[in-house]
Amino acid sequence: MNNALMTAKTEEQDRDETLREISDETHIKPYTLNFGPQHPAAHGVLRLVLEMEGEIVERADPHIGLLHRGTEKLIEYKTYTQAIPYFDRLDYVSPMNQEHVFAMSVERLLGITVPDRAQYIRVLFSELTRILNHVLNITTYALDVGAITPSLWGFEEREKGMEFYDRVCGARLHANYFRPGGVRYDMPAGLAQDMWDWTESFPKFLDDLETLLTENRIFKQRTVDIGTVSPDEAVEWGFTGPMLRASGFAWDLRKSQPYEVYDKMDFDIPVGKTGDCYARYLVRMEEMRQSLRIMQQALNEMPAGPVMTDDHKVSPPSRMDMKQSMEAMIHHFKLYTEGYHVPAGETYTAIEAPKGEMGVYLVSDGTNKPYKCHVRAPGFAHLQGLDFMSKGHMLADAVSIIGSMDIVFGEIDR
Amino acid sequence: MSFLRQTANAFLLTELVAGMWLTLKYFFRPKVTINYPYEKGPISPRFRGEHALRRYPNGEERCIACKLCEAICPAQAITIEAEPREDGSRRTTRYDIDMTKCIYCGLCQEACPVDAIVEGPNFEFATETREELFYNKDKLLENGDKWEAQIAANLVADAPYR
Repeated sequence: MNNALMTAKTEEQDRDETLREISDETHIKPYTLNFGPQHPAAHGVLRLVLEMEGEIVERADPHIGLLHRGTEKLIEYKTYTQAIPYFDRLDYVSPMNQEHVFAMSVERLLGITVPDRAQYIRVLFSELTRILNHVLNITTYALDVGAITPSLWGFEEREKGMEFYDRVCGARLHANYFRPGGVRYDMPAGLAQDMWDWTESFPKFLDDLETLLTENRIFKQRTVDIGTVSPDEAVEWGFTGPMLRASGFAWDLRKSQPYEVYDKMDFDIPVGKTGDCYARYLVRMEEMRQSLRIMQQALNEMPAGPVMTDDHKVSPPSRMDMKQSMEAMIHHFKLYTEGYHVPAGETYTAIEAPKGEMGVYLVSDGTNKPYKCHVRAPGFAHLQGLDFMSKGHMLADAVSIIGSMDIVFGEIDR
Repeated sequence: MSFLRQTANAFLLTELVAGMWLTLKYFFRPKVTINYPYEKGPISPRFRGEHALRRYPNGEERCIACKLCEAICPAQAITIEAEPREDGSRRTTRYDIDMTKCIYCGLCQEACPVDAIVEGPNFEFATETREELFYNKDKLLENGDKWEAQIAANLVADAPYR
């Protein structure tokens, strides 16, 4: 009996070995596909190494660093004023939000408060930026999954927002507008009215966009049940912003730890149910409508007054003062050469950027330059989830997942 | 009932037809694009474009070589050398801006105490070679002479806010 068992075993082993030999000959190694860095659907300079089993993605390996400019290190050699333009260039589709987080962290270390009007202007332009960011994301996302028209229409609306940027700070993208202590200039006359008119006409565009996309069967086939993230996974991978909210978490820093005047604003946080690409699209669409509500409240309730702190050890005096008062002139020269000294200390300050939690960990050693400035970019955390999100999906779905993550390489590579 | 509606929608391609109808309506609306070299979008008085060095109305150059712009420039694009002129006044002997380094943040014009260096309204200064973008003092003064009318108007328009 023992013998018989052994024979059976060897027979089984023999068969296994034969099968293995056959499969070794016929098995094709996973095909390795280089996706990007020049691929238009890679949203910038993402180099994605995909291991493909046929057309199924086995493993997605994002290679980052192609847009690395050493921002964090450069900031250690710049005064606090000079560091602001670097933040525009992190996430270059939502520049003012990035400035906002740095300005807030410096203010926290300095212990200064921002005038009311400046806070309202900051909220107003943060929300405008959120809309501009989502417009670009949703329309290019639609382009990735095959719809060209939304991006053509979207750029028209984005252009109007860029004009508001131009009017308030002089640049269409790289604003350099939020400064520690307030904002650089007051809003020019007439801008508030034009922005109000825009907030009234913009929902029409959103409705048109929804007509094209929300119920469209092609769009839904490409997005529903693609790249599903469960609530636990979203938390474990450090997702924030629409990526987290689409999975069912009502977590928004504007509500959970309000900064500026967000606690006075009445708005809702849209939450998705399914956590797939479609839910992320829906969350972003609704966020734009909520941002419009905030913009209208900010425009309505905006008080008059200064837009920059009057502490001239931090903020430069007005040009009129500078040309007439010797003391103002000295402040001006000091601020534009040496800058201001920030008391030693450290802070982690975070805001709800359009893409998620944007944070700055700033260490000051009491000099006029930061000792260390670490940037917590939301896109970095989202990109690392690409592997588990795209596993088992088709190649074309990987494109759709990348589009729904809203990644921008300026902030990931820094 | 909802099953019937869903089936009808699926077979009649309602949402696709609705989208097509919308795009067709847009087709007959006025165009929003502009014919660029002949038509241009609006720019604000605060616009930060190509740099220019301005002069006083009597023709004297404004820059006094205080080097604040050189100090504040985050990209270190500005190089200035200075020595006293024959009449004893302090003036620059060299004022270079490397336009390939410049990030158009506007800090130089904020820093300038005499409104000498400004970022003017011109944004069409593309060149065929890289070398042409290394601006020297002559080029910057020439820009100032060329754009002075508009720069002065912009500064007046924006003066209440600065």
